[in-house]
Amino acid sequence: MAERSFAREVQQLRLGAGAEFRGEGILAITKALLENGVGYVAGYQGAPISHLMDVLADASDILSELGVHFESSANEATAAATLATSMMYPIRGAVTFKSTAGTNVASDALSNLSSSGVVGGAMIVLGEDYGEGSSIMQERSHAFAMKSQIWLLDPRPNLPSIVAMVEHGFALSEASSTPVMLEVRIRACHVHGSFVTKDNRPPPFTLTQAREMPVRDTSRIVLPPASYAQEKDKIARRWPAAVDYIQRHGLNEFFDGDVPEVGIILQGGMYNGVMRALMRMGLADIWGNTRVPLYVLNVTYPLVDPEIVRFCTGKRAVLVVEEGQPDFIEQSLSKTLREAELPVRLLGKRVLPMAGEYTVAVLEEGVRGFFATVGVAVELTPRANAAAILDEEPVRALASVVPARPPGFCTGCPERPIFSAMKLVEKELGRHHIAADIGCHLFSILPPFNVGATTMGYGLGPASASALNGGTGKRTIAFLGDGGFWHNGLNSSIGNAVYNKSDSVTVIVDNHYSAATGGQDLLSSRASTRRRSTNNSIARAVKGVGAGWVRQIDRTYDVARMRATLRDALTTAVRGPKVIVASSECMLNRQRREKPLLAAAAKAGKRVVRPRFGVDQDVCTGDHACMRLSGCPSLSLKHTGEKLRDDPVAVVDNSCVGCGHCGEVANAAVLCPSFYRADIVENPGWVDRVLGRIRGAVIGALQRRRAARHWMPA
Amino acid sequence: MKRPITIAVLAIGGQGGGVLVDWIVALAEREGWQAQSTSVPGVAQRTGATIYYVEVIETEGGRTPVFSAMAAPGDVDIVIAAEWMEAGRAIQRGLVTPDRTILIASTHRAFAVSEKEAPGDGVADSGAVTDAAVAASQRFVAFDMAALAERAGSVVSSVLFGALCGTGALPFPRAAFEATITEAGVGVQGSLRGFALGLDGVAAPPPRVGPVAVVVDGLAPVGHPPYDALLARAATFPAAAHDMLAEGLRHVVGYQDVAYGSAYLDAVEGVGPSVAETAAKYIARAMAYDDVIRVAALKTQPARSPRIQKEMAGQVLAVTEFMHPRMEELLGLLSPGLGMAIERRPRLVALLDRVFCGPKRIRTDTIFGFLMLYVVAGLRGRRRKTLRHAREFVRIEAWLNAVRMVAAEDPALAAELLANQRLIKGYSETHARGLDKFARVMAAADRLRGRPDAADWVRRLRDAALKDEQGLALDAALRTVDTFLNERTAA
Repeated sequence: MAERSFAREVQQLRLGAGAEFRGEGILAITKALLENGVGYVAGYQGAPISHLMDVLADASDILSELGVHFESSANEATAAATLATSMMYPIRGAVTFKSTAGTNVASDALSNLSSSGVVGGAMIVLGEDYGEGSSIMQERSHAFAMKSQIWLLDPRPNLPSIVAMVEHGFALSEASSTPVMLEVRIRACHVHGSFVTKDNRPPPFTLTQAREMPVRDTSRIVLPPASYAQEKDKIARRWPAAVDYIQRHGLNEFFDGDVPEVGIILQGGMYNGVMRALMRMGLADIWGNTRVPLYVLNVTYPLVDPEIVRFCTGKRAVLVVEEGQPDFIEQSLSKTLREAELPVRLLGKRVLPMAGEYTVAVLEEGVRGFFATVGVAVELTPRANAAAILDEEPVRALASVVPARPPGFCTGCPERPIFSAMKLVEKELGRHHIAADIGCHLFSILPPFNVGATTMGYGLGPASASALNGGTGKRTIAFLGDGGFWHNGLNSSIGNAVYNKSDSVTVIVDNHYSAATGGQDLLSSRASTRRRSTNNSIARAVKGVGAGWVRQIDRTYDVARMRATLRDALTTAVRGPKVIVASSECMLNRQRREKPLLAAAAKAGKRVVRPRFGVDQDVCTGDHACMRLSGCPSLSLKHTGEKLRDDPVAVVDNSCVGCGHCGEVANAAVLCPSFYRADIVENPGWVDRVLGRIRGAVIGALQRRRAARHWMPA
Repeated sequence: MKRPITIAVLAIGGQGGGVLVDWIVALAEREGWQAQSTSVPGVAQRTGATIYYVEVIETEGGRTPVFSAMAAPGDVDIVIAAEWMEAGRAIQRGLVTPDRTILIASTHRAFAVSEKEAPGDGVADSGAVTDAAVAASQRFVAFDMAALAERAGSVVSSVLFGALCGTGALPFPRAAFEATITEAGVGVQGSLRGFALGLDGVAAPPPRVGPVAVVVDGLAPVGHPPYDALLARAATFPAAAHDMLAEGLRHVVGYQDVAYGSAYLDAVEGVGPSVAETAAKYIARAMAYDDVIRVAALKTQPARSPRIQKEMAGQVLAVTEFMHPRMEELLGLLSPGLGMAIERRPRLVALLDRVFCGPKRIRTDTIFGFLMLYVVAGLRGRRRKTLRHAREFVRIEAWLNAVRMVAAEDPALAAELLANQRLIKGYSETHARGLDKFARVMAAADRLRGRPDAADWVRRLRDAALKDEQGLALDAALRTVDTFLNERTAA
């Protein structure tokens, strides 16, 4: 079960012609796929398109009604390979994943797909994870489009434009026998807006028809000599067909303005930012009117030379707004303008930064720089920025006050104790090379754990320590999540270690979900679901590929056991890979599952016991050793106001979910006796009441006895 | 030129910032406006700082606005911060400007890991954010909305939504705000209560609730003659130290007995009147060292159970203590002779360790569990005859000696030496590390003695020692001290 349920929102997917859809960009794309007769959808979750997968999963019934097949793919390569159906059959297919991380994984299949070409529209919805909020290395998807010749759609970031581009994307794909990529940036994925819907269309050619009448055509298989012919076909037929479609249907947009001597050529995704920058300069209004002519590339690959020449003719200078690097579009435009021998100045990365996100402020600087460089006689509104206030002393003083707040483990996270144990083991056995992976467990690299030296890609944590795994001396430790494990880690990391007799330690962090991407189910998830096969054991899979030393820990909160197992793995005489599977359910998901049930039980008058932790304020000395082994959001500080104290003491706030980590770690690391667990009961039974009364009476008597002998000031 | 109303929401992942944003969008749309919201979630949702952005504009004849997907510095009308340091972050990002921005912020704190992990007091200065907010905002509405949310049985978003309504920054009536909450249909009653509290808070901000100082009536007699005699004696000390002495006496007499209180006053008197207040504070802490008897006493005292009931806000069925007795602590309970005799026999120590020590979970709500700690607490009477006590007093005597030696010539230095007691805290390994830091700072102080800036340097060394666990900052500071002390020697 995913973290966020779209059960209510997906009802909008049923809207018919002429209705108004309101919601997130992601949901709009899903609706557009259904309106355009998509036959199958697949993908792999990851920000910012996780919700697209969640929406599809929650919309299973609607998809079935329409005869649309949906799969949660094992990884992005699987998703991309799924598009092979559109290679041979006139069926539209769409897959989705994040880019460029996912595109990297998918590129083998994508290269084959684009070489063969397609008959049914094939669309890859890319969540472009670039700029603020991104969790991956900063690269562009544009290079993938260019190298494999896949058309790249970059619609203006509003729902009607995105929806229209889904429709045109399929048609363009079919008109040019080429797959297309629909690039949606982080904010566009989560943008809230509206558009007018059309009726959903069931796929005209069904998957059943394809199964019943299989097609085989060797000219479509990537093998010589067909592959040579395919490359030539890309240039000779598919490219011109695409350019023709784009031009005929006006996919790129021209906006006129009354300062015709200059213009801006921009990626569709940059449109709103550029418009706001122009508005701040007094050159545009909120309703989309601009004084500077714009040529908006809703298709950024291929470029349409005649359109470029038309836009640039008669202009003194043109600004290219192209986010990210290298500046593929600018380079291409330079060539086009030179060949056309147009006397127009082209500025792009000269006035805009080569790298980094193009925020409104950056764009405004760039456009102002462009105007200043080419000397346009237009009066501009003065800058309305925050520079003046940022320069004032009280604001500057914040630099040493406001703490960084990177993401971290949630309250009660079962991964926290694993890294507490790791930190304790390192105190005993010294520092080790620790390879991290992708997933929530990567938060271990931040304080207070500071554990982990590398991340080389999903499922590749243990693989990344391969070269260090020979010889004697200290062993390397690598972390791998259950998500990364099933994505490819079983083979890339575990299989590789087994085959190469690597003397390494791998910890597989199994929280029962693909948690970092939003709690989607996996092969090893514990819930049983109607549409998927779950409960497939990681430990069995690891043993299945030949690992001998495998330990399964079913309660990660047992810090002492976790530490002992890690110590054992690092010191055992057994050679070869040592694999520890550390399993406990993601607390975010567990709470979502259990909380309503417990609340309902309590409401129904049933006896419900719930643990919570506390700190004895008098016992706590304010050394904060517990914080340095925890970082739990519910483990906080409190200034007691006592005259004799200088430092704040630890306190467990009411967000505590009673996971027990603070108590376990205080015990395992021999920190202090300050922590206690309180079991809170609702609707106590008669046994509780009677026992409570007896205990209370005896304990009260003992306390009175002591008070009589030991006088204490109040 | 017509412009949208722009709203940035800064929250910590898990605080419900998304709910607030959804309400704002729904509110605008139900009032016939157009709205766009964007967020940058992803992994940032997991307890990290998260920013949401909303633009709303009145519909104008079927025209479609071109909204911005991100907040631009200098262009934000309303900034809502769901936590106090996030308000600081908004200001730092240039989202709050004096010409246009209304800043609505909750003053409560959710501490960042960097604040929590310092061995001393790493908490950021909230006052700095107030100063910056006054300078940077056009209008500034701030109060503890988390406390109000708790009172309402809701979350901070509902109080913030109320505060937003209260500022009148959005041209929509209260009824529309409330209808939005009702229509969203989740936790409606609690949210409406939180909303109302937030709305009222704008007009009359609730008073700031800080840590409440324990009010003691100085040294007034309490009706227990032996204790009152101590109070009377304390009253002869310098007046500035009276409050601290009252507190200190309460602490050490509660810890041990009246005689111990008398010894405490002797010790304070011994270091001289110039540093009496500081001495009163730190000698009390030193004498009430954290041993197993004290822990057992605190865990079995009558006031504890009601306090836990109150803190847990529910009926507590069971209380489990997480203890980990070690041989050092158990031997510390014995007489010095016996304790040290056993200490010299490592195999015996190891055997006893296996039998008595290690992680223990003790249910102090049960009679048996309570009795175990009760018996240990009962050892208080013979505390002054224990090995632990002997060792503590060797250290305390040496420390007070060092203080006495400089008290006359350099009272400031003496006060700083007293304050070094702050370095000793925690249990087991943490305690050992504290002792080590204490020893190093005291040793450096000895070398610094006679310099006009000696007190200043000791304070700096102590602050450094409280910065990190391993003492890296202290190492660096000590190197600096070494450098200039060696220079002097060389010269």
